This record gives sequence, structure tokens and C-alpha cells, in this order.
Amino acid sequence: MTKVALRGLAGRKLRAVLTGIAIVLGVAMISGTYILTDTVQRAFNNLLVDSYAGTDAVVTGKGLDISIDGEKPPPPPVDASLLEVVRGVDGVALATGSVLDERNTKILTPEGESVNSEGWPTLAFGIDTDPALTQFNPLNLFEGRWPASDDEVVVDVGTADKQDYAVGDTVEISTLQPKRPFEIVGVAKYGEVDSLGGISFAVFTIPAAQALLGREGQYDAISVAAGEGVSEDELVAAIAPALPGDAEVVSATAEAQEQADEVSEFTSIFRYFLLAFGAIALFVGAFVIFNTFSITVAQRTREFATLRTIGASRRQVLGSVILESLVIGLLASLVGLGLGVVLAEGIEALFGSLGVDLPSAERVFKTRTVVVALAVGVGITLLAGLFPAIRATRVPPISAVREGATLPHGRFHRYTPWVAGLVVVGSLLLLARAMFTDELGTGDRLLSIAGGVLLLFLGVAMLSSKLVRPIAAVVGTPARRAGGVAGTLASGNSVRNPSRTAATAAALMIGIALVAFIATLTNGMKASNREAIEEQVIADYVVTSLDGYTPFVAAAGEELAASPVPDVVTSVRSEAGQANGDTAEIGGIEPDTIADAYVFDWQDGDDSVLATLGKTNAVVSSNWAEDRAIGVGDKVTIRSTADKTAEVTVVGTFRPPPFYPLLESVNVSTELFDSLYDRPRNRWTWANVADGSTDQTRAQMEKAISGFPDTQLETREEWIQREDSDFNEFISFLYVMLTLAVFVSVFGMINTLVLSVYERTREIGMLRAIGMTRRQVRRMVRQESIITALIGAAIGLPLGIFLAALVNRALSEYDVRFAIPWLQLGVLTIVAIVIGVLAAIMPARRAARLNPLEAIAYE
Amino acid sequence: MSESHDGAVVVAQDVTRRYGEGETAVDALRGVSVDIAPGKATAVMGPSGSGKSTLMHILAGLDKPTSGTVGIAGTEITTLGDNDLTKLRREHIGFVFQFFNLLPMLDAKENILLPLTIAGEKPDDGWLDQLVDDVGLKDRLSHRPAELSGGQQQRVAIARALISRPTVLFADEPTGNLDSATSAEILELLRRSVAEYGQTIVMVTHDSRAAAVAHRVLFLADGEIVRELGECDAHTIHTVMEELAAA
Ligand SMILES: Nc1ncnc2c1ncn2[C@@H]1O[C@H](COP(=O)(O)OP(=O)(O)O)[C@@H](O)[C@H]1O
Ligand SMILES: [Mg+2]
Repeated sequence: MTKVALRGLAGRKLRAVLTGIAIVLGVAMISGTYILTDTVQRAFNNLLVDSYAGTDAVVTGKGLDISIDGEKPPPPPVDASLLEVVRGVDGVALATGSVLDERNTKILTPEGESVNSEGWPTLAFGIDTDPALTQFNPLNLFEGRWPASDDEVVVDVGTADKQDYAVGDTVEISTLQPKRPFEIVGVAKYGEVDSLGGISFAVFTIPAAQALLGREGQYDAISVAAGEGVSEDELVAAIAPALPGDAEVVSATAEAQEQADEVSEFTSIFRYFLLAFGAIALFVGAFVIFNTFSITVAQRTREFATLRTIGASRRQVLGSVILESLVIGLLASLVGLGLGVVLAEGIEALFGSLGVDLPSAERVFKTRTVVVALAVGVGITLLAGLFPAIRATRVPPISAVREGATLPHGRFHRYTPWVAGLVVVGSLLLLARAMFTDELGTGDRLLSIAGGVLLLFLGVAMLSSKLVRPIAAVVGTPARRAGGVAGTLASGNSVRNPSRTAATAAALMIGIALVAFIATLTNGMKASNREAIEEQVIADYVVTSLDGYTPFVAAAGEELAASPVPDVVTSVRSEAGQANGDTAEIGGIEPDTIADAYVFDWQDGDDSVLATLGKTNAVVSSNWAEDRAIGVGDKVTIRSTADKTAEVTVVGTFRPPPFYPLLESVNVSTELFDSLYDRPRNRWTWANVADGSTDQTRAQMEKAISGFPDTQLETREEWIQREDSDFNEFISFLYVMLTLAVFVSVFGMINTLVLSVYERTREIGMLRAIGMTRRQVRRMVRQESIITALIGAAIGLPLGIFLAALVNRALSEYDVRFAIPWLQLGVLTIVAIVIGVLAAIMPARRAARLNPLEAIAYE
Repeated sequence: MSESHDGAVVVAQDVTRRYGEGETAVDALRGVSVDIAPGKATAVMGPSGSGKSTLMHILAGLDKPTSGTVGIAGTEITTLGDNDLTKLRREHIGFVFQFFNLLPMLDAKENILLPLTIAGEKPDDGWLDQLVDDVGLKDRLSHRPAELSGGQQQRVAIARALISRPTVLFADEPTGNLDSATSAEILELLRRSVAEYGQTIVMVTHDSRAAAVAHRVLFLADGEIVRELGECDAHTIHTVMEELAAA
């Protein structure tokens, strides 16, 4: 029996290959994701190991223990005099102080632009390069020497390579102070790592770094090495009592661990995000496999019957089909595993094209990757092939001798609509739970959504065999009207075996539904975004950082304010902190000018309260206040990351649009803000030009901020459009990732068509014999393919819109608009037609090649 | 329609057909020459494997001879491309197959009209009515093949072959898949189409009763025409077949 199964498989190679591809792509995505994320993780871990190689403990200022988006704000600095104190502690062998900044520095290209953005930092170091202290230095000199004076700098290998900088060249660097030239005296690597992704760094002397980064008389960290026989913990215990209240000491291991946790949190989010696309592709692949096996089992009815007549048991028939899926699943998973290596490069390149360079290290290929990829690939193939295999066992031996015997239905066939109905209801319950249960955790919620959507697709696919006829009647109209006899026959062919057409279309339906879902949801989001900005901002111009969201050096705003061109300039500060003990983003606004640029929708108060902010009052957003039952007159305690506190009284509450509030929840005056944060940054700087702006005034303003390359000046409209296009880029990325699933469904369509053509050999031969031309045959196959694709679109589009509407409801607290993107959905329909045409190319050719003789000679 | 060779509608000369190459090559036809006269029924008989089907395929323009020439309605077909051949078939050739070969998703009427639909021609309603009447399918026109008996399906197939009034109708074992009573009906239908419409028919069969309907019977053995009879009865044909089998 095993031999029969394997021989059979070998005899149907094309089909086996097309079936296998359904799994290959999904498995490749999974293995590629693991390889890529493991590699990124290794690159970061290498960095951490290098960073703490010669360090046993680290002393820093005591900051707030909060984290925003999984990242801890950097700790405040310590007084430089503390270094001598630490050196004097028993058990300390060696200690050094250093300056480190990752927020305010940018290296410029020769053309005067920042070498990086998109959220990638430029690190600035002030390091004591005394040879005796080399063990604390995570950097390795690659060329040249360390900086010795205030205008010398060492840059990283990546930047030197990309920008063609060499030792001896001049480079401009901006810090808290506007850009100025430095001489490159050396090029360095971080540890042994060649590329830090988009991260670049600049190394200054300690005094230079202190002056440039507002750290006069201070260090960001003191690194300590223990003496002989002193453990890390003993060292920490010895240092702690010697420190003042605003400083703390942690072991290097604990510090490295904390950073490693941050990294692995990042990579695991990244990993799940990418794995989701692999899962979608596999889910679609399962449909393809199910369908292919169903068709081949049906076509082999006579073969199974013959096997039964010569004594094969049902179990043996079952076994032979399962064995076939096992072999296909295994081979496909192995190929997918290998393809994953290529795909990892592809995804990396894709991120690169979005401006996100991932850090590189040697490719990591873990056993876990192999195990998961094979298990998932084989598991899905077996599962999808199981139902067709069970049906094969229902073939009675008598079919062997009956002309035109067909595959009997499964025992539970008549319950299918009920099961499908139950599945749909179940999925809706899950989705409702995810959307409308408030106290659900994020993980739970995501699982409910994923499970719900999965079941919904499954249920709809099961029901769709009932929808095939009515939908084909509609989408087949153009084919019947304009396609001549080929179109008419194609339309008929598409409903001949509704469950086959349904399963084929369902695979495509999933991809189309997801694209329609994203298109619809994000269309509403873009509308909401524009509305939110237009409601809030009446300024002519806005200054942001290059990526549009990272706060930028406050001095840039001051430079613009100092320019005579703009009439009004107002900046909005933003930093993480705590308000009444909860993590919060704290804002700083300029009481005199903010109302000229920002329109407050006051809930309690009016613009006049702004003048009363001083150093003791605050205005807060209404939803923040309501959640905490705080109103005008109540007191709020603010703590900055530098661990400074202030008590303020709420003098007004305002209602920013929930979709995109441009001000933070808690806003104090810039004056108070700057006393809480030592290196404040702006989220926005808004400017008005009195007598209308001209190219000239604009150029002057751009010149005013040109000392800070990580800033850009835009009109309000440009700002909105850039946000749209940044968002579009992200959406395009999602689409690119979804094409994987669409690809799988295209192979499914090809497969079904090839099998149908094969099954209709005699029919096509007859048509050729009675006068059908090759062109007509090709057109017939193509039209059938298009009709199938359109059925997929006809189910997928509404389903996607429905899901978008559901999520939109769930996001109602953010007031997201719901706007159906008709144009995009129209384009998607055309894409479906193109997919239909493409999928038909090969099968249509095969059909046209059939000799009319086959009509008569067949069997 | 143009005719040549004393009015023959299909002319084959020195036709050979070899399948495969080298040692395993099979010579299915070894130099067959034949003229098919218009308005007559010709039966091709012979033992299994003698080359009957091969000959019919070649005469109908479905297959090309390895050597020799074939003319259909005055057109030399051995040099035609696929498109021209297809057009020629549309115009001049009708087929009836052993396994009916109807399209399951079309009803009887649509199946009958299929050759015209494919060629993009309008049916002649009078002809359709007459044909449907003659094959006795008047009240079955809206049925799908699955709802018809084997005999009824073959009637649909015959009507489909006749709808375009082909120059020649080819039938390969048209009764091979039917019981004897139904076979008799189908043969009667074919005979009437010759008598009443003057239809030219070439029919491959190994049923001597079927061959008895023809005006002329060709006997094939090992790829050659070995005997030829004029109009005669089933018994005579049967005897000749026995002789050939014994030889
Ligand atoms: N496609 C083919 N390939 C190889 N040999 C063939 C093919 N078709 C027919 N033959 C061989 O040619 C000979 C004649 O076949 P055929 O014309 O079908 O005979 P008949 O119809 O009289 O039974 C037989 O020996 C047969 O095996
Ligand atoms: Mg034959």
C-alpha cells in the first residue's frame, strides 16, 4: 500500500509540487522570521556583552522606574566628584566616568543632512581613553586615534563607510548646540559588531561631551571594576552606602539583563508580528491543500474502488492518502525551511527600503527554527489532508465497475451548513469578546481577535459553496455577455462543482478580505488624522524631528523664535514622567503664545487660564482627568525622570480629539517644565507668519533651524500629507507581507484549474473536435479563473469591510472615522481579475495544447 | 461544397500512420487509399487494433498521416495549421462519440446548439425543430445529460453532429456503449439521416448489424484495407469478419 501511495505521488509530480508550494511559502515565512529575529537578538546581545565586558557595577543617578513603550528613559546624571568617592570605596579596583547621550546628537552627511532618522539614535560618548581604563571602553578603535581635544571626534565604521568619511576629514555634528565642524581623528567599532543597523555614534573627549551635552561637572554613568576576589554583589553592597540619595548602583549583570530584556521584548513583538503573516499564509495554504486533496481523491474514485475490490481495507486507503500528505508536507517544509534563509534576507531588505536597517550578525539558525517549521508545516498538511482522506475511505468497491462513479459524500455532509453556521456564530462571539470586554489583557484580546477572524474565515469558506451559484450568476455576467461561448462555458464550469470553486475562491478571499480590512480601517484613520490636526492647529508652520514623532532639541525652537521672520513661535515640550504616581507624558506649553497656534476645546475653563499657569498650575486633558476624577482646583503631583517633583493645581480641562491629541495629558508652563527636566525637548514647534509666507520667508525660517539637522519645517498641509504618506508606507509594508498569502492562493487557483482541465480532458477534446479553436479554449479556462477570483473578491471585500467596521466600533473611544475607500476597493477588484488571468496562464496553455484526439482516445 | 475525385467528399491516398519511433514503432496504417462518396453511409470494420479509429481520425482531420495525402471537401489538410483545421472541422465535419461526450452543465438543447455557438453562428430554427423532432427529443430539451438515458444522450450527440449540416458525419463505435435495443434505434436514426437529408456518414464499428446500415463496408486488417463490400446484410458481413479473423 505504501508503494502504491508513493508511486501515485511520483506519477502526479506537478500536482504535488503545486500543492507543496502552498506550504513552502508559509513555512519559509516562519523559518525566515526566526532566523531574522534570532540574528537581530544575537547582534544586540553581542553588543551588551561587549558593553559590560570589563565592568562589574554601574553607578548612575536615581531615575524614575517607569517604562514607556517598553523602553526606560535614561537615568539622570551624577556629580563628577562622585567618581573620586567611588574610587575610594573598599573593593573597587578601578572606576571611570563617562558621558552618554542617545537623544540629542546627530552626525551630518557631507550634504548637511542627518545620517539617520526613523527613530534610530545617534549615540554620543564622552569616554576616558586612558589606556589603563580600556577595559571599560566598549568601543574598539579601527583606524586612527582617540580624540584628544575639543574639536576632535571618532565616528563609527558604518557612518564612515556610508558617508565616505576618512580620518582627517571634517564632519559636522549637532548636539544640544547647533551643528559645528569636528575633525575625524579615528574610526571605531562597537565591540566586534560591524553594523548597529541604523544606529551611528560619535566619540568626544569627556570635557567636550560634557560641554556639548549639558553635562558640565557631571557623568551619565560611573563604571566600576571589582578588586581581586570581590564579587559583583559584594561590590554593589560596598558602594551603595557611599552614594548620595540621588544616585544608585547596580551590578553589571543586572544592568545587562535589564537591557537584554528590553531587546528581547522588542524582538519578540517584531517576531510575533512577522509570524502572523506566516500563519496567515499557512492558513491559506491549508485551504489549498484541503482543496487539492479533495479534488484528487474525487478523481481517483475508480482507483480507490479498484484497490478495495482487490482487498484493501478502508484503513489502508486512509493510510495511503495520509502518507501522501505526510510526504508532501515533509518535503515542502524542508524546502520552506531552506527558503526561509533567503526570505530573511528579503525581509531585511524590505525593512531597509523603509529606512530601517536592522543590525547584523552572523545568521542564527537554531534547532528550534527547524523543529517549529517542520512541525507546523507537516502538521497543517496532515490536518488539511485528513478530511479528504476520510472521504476516500467512503468509496465502495462497486465504483470500480461503474461508469461515471462519483465520490460519495462524507457521513456528516448534510450537517455542513449547520456546522458552518455554528463556526460563524462562535467566531462572532470571540470577536465580540475581544472588542467589547473592557477588562481583557492585550494578549487575550489579540488571541480572541485572531481566533475569531480565523473561525470567521473558516465558517464563511464552509458556507461559501452555497454562495458560489448566486455570486457566479452576477460576476459571470460579463463573461457570458462578452466572452462568447468560451465565457458561457466558463461560467457554467465555475458552478459545476460549487464546493471546489468555493474552496479555491476562499483561499483568495482571505487575502482580499485582509487587504480590504486594512484599506478600510486605515482610510478612516487617515481621515481622522487630518481632522484631528485641522481641528487643533491653526499655525502656518510646524517644526518636527525628521521622523515626525521623536522629540527634538529645544534649542531648535529657540533659534526659530529668535528669527525675525515668524510672527509667533510656540513650542510644545514633551517628556515621560509621572503624574500622581502614574506614568504619564508631561507637556510644557508657552502660556502667551500657545493659543495662537493651538485651539483648546475647553471643557472647563477658557484661554484666559493659560495666563495663570505660572509655575504652579496645569491644564489637563478631559479624559485623563475624568479617569482619575480630577477637576479644576484639584492638585496634581508631577515627577520628572530626573526625579524632581512639583505640585500643580488644575486650572482648566480641555478635550483634544482622542484619535490624535497633539498635546500631552498634563501640561504645565515651559518655565516649570524646564526646571523639572534638564535637557528638555520639543514635540512640536509651531510658527505663524504675519503677512502670509513666501518662498523667501520659508527659506529664512529653514535657515534658522538648519543648525539642528534632525528637524524639518512644514506647512500644516505638508505635515498632514507627510503623516499620511508615512502611514501609507506602513500600510504598503503590510500589503507586501500579505502578498505572501495571496501568492499561496494563486497557486491554489492554478492547482485547481490544472486538475479541472485534466478532469475535463475528454470534454475539451470534444469541444476542439467540434470546432473550438485553441484561443477559445484558453479563453474558457481564463474566464473560469477570473470568475473564481471574482467570487473570492465578492466574499472577501464585504468581509473585510465588516471586520473593519467591527474594529472601528471597538476603537470607538478613539473616535476613528469610518470611510469605505471605494477607489482602493475598486483597484483591489481589478487586482483580483489580474490574479485570475495570471493563475490561468499555465492551465489555459495546457488545455489548449490538448489534442482533440484525446476526446475519443481517452480511457 | 466543392467535390473532387468523381465527387468524393473525402479523399485519402497512400495514407500511412506510424506511432512511436524505432523498435517500438507501430504502423497503424500501411498505405490506405479511400474515397468517401457523398450522400452515402460508409462503414469501417475490422478486428480490434486493425487501425479503424486511426483511419477515422485522419479522415476527419483530427490527426495527421505520417505520409500520404488527405483532402476534405476539396481542401488538402495535411499542410493546414491548427486554426485552419479547426475552421474546416466547424464547416464540414460532425462527430458522434462512443461515450456521447456531452457537457454536463448544459441542457440538451444547449448541447445540440454547441457547435453553432462555438462558431458564433445563429441556429436555423426550422432545422433545429425538425432535427429535434426527428431524433425524438422534443420533450427532453431542457434536461441535463445526467437526467437522460444513454440512448437519449446519444440522440443529443447525433443532433449536435447534424446541427451544422456537416459535409461528413464521423461516428466511432456510436453503439459501442449501448444495449442492443437502443443500438437499433440509434442505427435507424443514422440510416434515416442518410436517406432523408442525404447526409454522408463514416462509421467505425465492429458490430455487423451496424455495418449493415451502410452502403459500403470497408474491412481493415493490420492497417490495410483487405476487403470491400457494397450494400449487404448483417449475415454476409458477419461471415466476412469470421473469415478475416480466421485468416
Ligand atoms: N496514440 C497511440 N500511440 C501508440 N499506438 C497507438 C496509438 N493509437 C493507436 N495505436 C496503435 O495503433 C494500432 C491501431 O489502433 P486503432 O486505430 O485504435 O485500432 P482500432 O480502432 O481498429 O481498434 C493499434 O496497434 C494501437 O495499439
Ligand atoms: Mg477503435
